[in-house]
Amino acid sequence: MPPETATAPWTPAVQRALDDHKARPGALLPILHEIQQRVGHVPPEAVPVIAEALNLSRAEVHGVVTFYHDFRDHPAGRHVLKVCLAESCQAVGCDHLLAHAKQRLGVELHGTSADGAVTLEPVYCLGNCALSPALMVDGDVVGRATPEKLDGLLAELRRPA
Amino acid sequence: MTRVFVPRDSGALSMGAEAVARAIAAEAAVRNQAVTLVRNGSRGLYWLEPMVEVETPTGRIAYGPVTPGDVPGLFDAGFLAGKAHPLGHGPTEQIPYLAKQERLTTARVGVIDPVSIPDYERHGGFRGLRNALAMAPAAIVEAVTQSGLRGRGGAAFPTGIKWKTVLGTTADQKYIVCNADEGDSGTFSDRMIMEGDPLVLVEGMIIAGLAVGATAGYIYVRSEYPHAVTALTEAIQAASAGGFLGASVLGSGRRFDLEVRVGAGAYICGEETALLESLEGRRGMVRYKPPLPAIEGLFGKPTVINNVISLASVPIILDRGAAYYRDYGMGRSRGTLPIQLAGNVKYGGLVEKAFGVTVRELLYDYGGGTRSGRPIRAVQIGGPLGAYLPASQFDTPLDYEAFIGISAMVGHGGIVVFDDTVDMAHQARWAMEFCAIESCGKCTPCRIGSIRGVEVLDRIIADEDREANLALVRDLCDTMLAGSLCALGGMTPFPVLSALNHFPEDFGLPAAPLAAAAR
Ligand SMILES: Cc1cc2nc3c(=O)[nH]c(=O)nc-3n(C[C@H](O)[C@H](O)[C@H](O)COP(=O)(O)O)c2cc1C
Ligand code: SF4
Ligand code: FES
Repeated sequence: MPPETATAPWTPAVQRALDDHKARPGALLPILHEIQQRVGHVPPEAVPVIAEALNLSRAEVHGVVTFYHDFRDHPAGRHVLKVCLAESCQAVGCDHLLAHAKQRLGVELHGTSADGAVTLEPVYCLGNCALSPALMVDGDVVGRATPEKLDGLLAELRRPA
Repeated sequence: MTRVFVPRDSGALSMGAEAVARAIAAEAAVRNQAVTLVRNGSRGLYWLEPMVEVETPTGRIAYGPVTPGDVPGLFDAGFLAGKAHPLGHGPTEQIPYLAKQERLTTARVGVIDPVSIPDYERHGGFRGLRNALAMAPAAIVEAVTQSGLRGRGGAAFPTGIKWKTVLGTTADQKYIVCNADEGDSGTFSDRMIMEGDPLVLVEGMIIAGLAVGATAGYIYVRSEYPHAVTALTEAIQAASAGGFLGASVLGSGRRFDLEVRVGAGAYICGEETALLESLEGRRGMVRYKPPLPAIEGLFGKPTVINNVISLASVPIILDRGAAYYRDYGMGRSRGTLPIQLAGNVKYGGLVEKAFGVTVRELLYDYGGGTRSGRPIRAVQIGGPLGAYLPASQFDTPLDYEAFIGISAMVGHGGIVVFDDTVDMAHQARWAMEFCAIESCGKCTPCRIGSIRGVEVLDRIIADEDREANLALVRDLCDTMLAGSLCALGGMTPFPVLSALNHFPEDFGLPAAPLAAAAR
């Protein structure tokens, strides 16, 4: 590991993810998932470290990180709110829900509210289409979402820790 | 000890099932009533979720949708004995929505404790595997071929033929890969199986392994399904502990190992070769075919790749026989399909029926029309690459060939309902936009064509040079249809053209004459 990254705050998490999965065939996605879970994002400075450990080029690892919607290269807010924008949710007004979320958070898609509490992301189907429109808050799905439900959720998420 | 069922299905959880389960446990403790909570899957009657069931000597009684606030009242009314309550629906299996179905693949979903081997076996589980263990590989493949089962992931390719190709290869390692990427909007049957009866998928994959000589399997689950990942992981642990997985499946001396892998949010990774790339740790770029995955698949080895529902339909075929399964259905569409009713529909949920049921029956007899109470104007079937159907086509039976006949696709069986407030020009634009967002980028008609498509449709919507731009859209669709490597670019024209052909008035053209719309 190059000396300048040996001491970064994310170093132990990256090392741990590499140790956990390096020996598995096709290890890169499990490694990136674990790093993102522990660190909250995949630090660009970690890319060469991962590449070296897996005997890949930096370009290959970078290519994978940027290809998938899930991986982010910078930190998100304390919570991530995903609004489903796919057809079933369109049929019951997800565009209003999205507009409401944007307005309440004061951000566009992929943005993080000024208080650092919530990052707003799109998602294309949560498999909850019988209960559209759907949202996901940090991994929990919310069905038959309404602006009122959303306000309640946001109030909780934005309560100072 | 009364058994009370509160689903762990993510749809039920999305309506507050966790809080209901806690409230029931707390209330039972306060009242000193002996209750065993079972966290089952969902029966698929989603408008009733969270739906609580109580086991009584005369069968299971359903209550729903239950909120934590309803719980004391349910206890007061004597729901533990199945007594009447305003939220009561009587015996679950007699609810018409459920009673009229033909549940083969999803028979246990919502019924059993999803990760209990004893519960699974009490309800017929692992009988197919036990039969398969006594059969020659070619005989297993033949049974699947004879059943008429076709791939439920979208392309409807005969499953037995695919298996036969892999069986015919010689290799030091073969794989079974389960496609659990379920990216199509309006679909959730894979999720319901994985959360509600994951062992049937495990069993189907072991049988596939025995059939083709594969000793290892991967389930590639989309990251949007964390609860499915949890249930599958628990099911695999239970199956390993029970001797169903590992070095010697049920003491047969034949190995089968199974592992769950999680996707990372990319629709294209549902395409089988992109999925294999992703499993190997790369970007989800579509591969050129040939070679077929059956010859050179995962890590270059012969690989069976099948959808969740395809694999989960195998155990009942090996249990009851190919003829039992084949006797359901119509034409060349044999067996049953777990259909999913979604979007603006009153009674959204899972309807497993034999092929041949019409769209109209599904929309009205099951779905009950729209949730908004307005007329149904259009339905999209088969996910984001599926055609939009107008009301004049609602008598089409669910049948692969009948759908091809109207330039539509059954796909994974999702039906998304739209009422008369839908703007079909916007839906056409969205189809192009989705293609642009999710394109893997390998071919130009898809990568660039979809972006042009959005621009041209924007101009049509803004009423700029309409005629010329409409001609341009059709041209572009021709190019994408003919020049794309996979169905993302190649089938995005289906929603676009069906919207344009059936709903021209939304594009500023005269309305379609009824007869033409029916074609
Ligand atoms: C863009 C695209 C997305 C797809 N998404 C899925 C999917 O989410 N799940 C699935 O089972 N098949 C999907 N497929 C179909 C697969 O490529 C493949 O046909 C299927 O996994 C084969 O399994 P089956 O024969 O059991 O259907 C997709 C195909 C394309 C072109
Ligand atoms: S059609 Fe689109 S998604 Fe499919 S291979 Fe070509 S660029 Fe990739
Ligand atoms: S389209 Fe939104 S949950 Fe499926």
